[in-house]
Amino acid sequence: MSQSAPTTAAEEFAEHGKSPVQKVQATLHKYPWVSPFVVLALLIIIFSVLGFVFDVGALENFFKPGTISLMLQQTVIIGTLAIAQTIVILTAGIDLSIGAIMVFAQMMMANLAVYTTASNVTFMAGQNPVLAVILGIVVATLAGALNGFLVVRFNLPPFIVTLGTLSIFTALTLIIFKARTIQGKEMPEFMLLMNKDFQIAGIGFTVGLLVMIALYIIFAYILRGTAWGTHVYAVGDDPVASELSGINVKRVLFSVYVVAGFVIGIAAWITIGRTGSASPNVAPEINLETITAVVIGGTSLFGGRGRLLGTLIGTLIIVVLDFGLSLAGLDQAYRVLAIGILVIVAVAVDQWIRKVKA
Amino acid sequence: MTATSTADPIVQAKDLNKSFGPVVGLNNCQFELFPGEVLAVVGDNGAGKSTLIKCLSGALIPDSGEMYINGEQVSFKSTHDARSKGVETVYQTLAVAPVLDISENLYLGREVRKKGILGKVFRSLDKKHMRETSTKSLGELGVLTVQNITQSVETLSGGQRQAVAVARAATFGSQVVILDEPTAALGVNESARVLKLIKELRDKGMSVILISHNMPQVFDVADRIHVQRLGRRAAVVTPETRTMNDVVAIMTGALTIPEEDQQLTPVR
Repeated sequence: MSQSAPTTAAEEFAEHGKSPVQKVQATLHKYPWVSPFVVLALLIIIFSVLGFVFDVGALENFFKPGTISLMLQQTVIIGTLAIAQTIVILTAGIDLSIGAIMVFAQMMMANLAVYTTASNVTFMAGQNPVLAVILGIVVATLAGALNGFLVVRFNLPPFIVTLGTLSIFTALTLIIFKARTIQGKEMPEFMLLMNKDFQIAGIGFTVGLLVMIALYIIFAYILRGTAWGTHVYAVGDDPVASELSGINVKRVLFSVYVVAGFVIGIAAWITIGRTGSASPNVAPEINLETITAVVIGGTSLFGGRGRLLGTLIGTLIIVVLDFGLSLAGLDQAYRVLAIGILVIVAVAVDQWIRKVKA
Repeated sequence: MTATSTADPIVQAKDLNKSFGPVVGLNNCQFELFPGEVLAVVGDNGAGKSTLIKCLSGALIPDSGEMYINGEQVSFKSTHDARSKGVETVYQTLAVAPVLDISENLYLGREVRKKGILGKVFRSLDKKHMRETSTKSLGELGVLTVQNITQSVETLSGGQRQAVAVARAATFGSQVVILDEPTAALGVNESARVLKLIKELRDKGMSVILISHNMPQVFDVADRIHVQRLGRRAAVVTPETRTMNDVVAIMTGALTIPEEDQQLTPVR
């Protein structure tokens, strides 16, 4: 104690000189969506140069309204489900059952709404389509609640719980709905509402796309502008500190899975519209794709860090890579390869950013 | 030392008992904290310091015994109960969320919503109000310059984080602030800063309970020293009348002090 304390501790907070690398690190730390944004911009620039300067494959079609329309529509399923995945991952959890619950919910909606005159339908057929959609969303929300209950009540790791419910809901889909694909024409129009489209400047927009964008805006607000959102970040960051700060950690965790279930329910309706049918085999890789979108988007798998905007950019990166590489005439395998590299780089960058110091 | 003041204790515990299976944490433990003083709680490992403090802060529920805040009997079921009575605790683990900024951490668990429809229906947080209040209370404690309030806590040093945790307790603790080993993880300079903070809290009229292993620090800031041994209060002494060696002797049982030689009444 020989050293005298400064008159105020304020100087302790004074800015120190930073090297350029540290400045980059600090910026990425403060705005986690910057790195995915740079990646997306680079991809678009590379594909443009390859297409217009080097005339590679069909890449000159990259900016055609038709291509852009298709790319936008391609984002809706991954993009909507990735909202649910982001919220769960922010709490340092993970949801492997997202795809299974989505498929279960859309099969539920379709089997409820399908015309009784169609062949081979189940006992529940012929309901009001609005009721069918609402019930489907309710079932998805309840499925999320089951995940949350198991995580909170029995203290099980989310990875294990959702691995289990992934199998359970996949099986239930086959047991209850008999693996029968229900075509769009076998259902009332309302079931396909999400695929209704209109054109702006030659680019086709669907209702589903608008719903997805609305969900992004709503949830971005909830996460950053409300106490619940702050608590989601806090719980993911440090559950013990959150509990000591008076946050009911279990209630927050449970609510996160319920909210995720609700979003999955809406995604189920969007998927029926997007694919024009309800099939138990739709989007088999959707779980990994949502996790990929979230991770590439700069959200940390360790919880507490990330932005919804990053997830949206992450989704766009996947879709742009997909289109760019196929327009360049490359095999699908290259796209898988590129995504794999991106995921590893994204997590490595996240680890680096976490080491930031004032 | 004779009793000169007759002030009533702000926190009082009578005959607290708490066992963890066969392990006795508290054994008819007595405790008194008087308004506006810094009371250090010292004791060997397993003497029941932490158990005592957790009972007072609501993190543990005693098996038996009575607790009073300002003469009013209380039974805390959670840390939330204790907070609502104006008892704030700064835990050894700090209880801050590193990714959140300073203002968010100060208000963590008791966020303020905007007035009107924005707050009631849309649950919108009044970030401006929270930032202003945080800046003000950190400024009062002399620990922060204004522009840094939105800096995330993980970019702060250990001492700065401790300052944020202490500031939170000071902002909301209307009566009592409990500090559990606040300097355990800190260097010399940062420790000095936290000790200064403790004195500033006292000068603002707050009552402080300080749990510490560090005798020089205890003798630096404490008005009275509560020595815990084998789950009960072995003695209460003042830094002025006893040496560090005496206190260590009491902790280990080598020295017992008759009650009339203890400081069971306030010195301030």
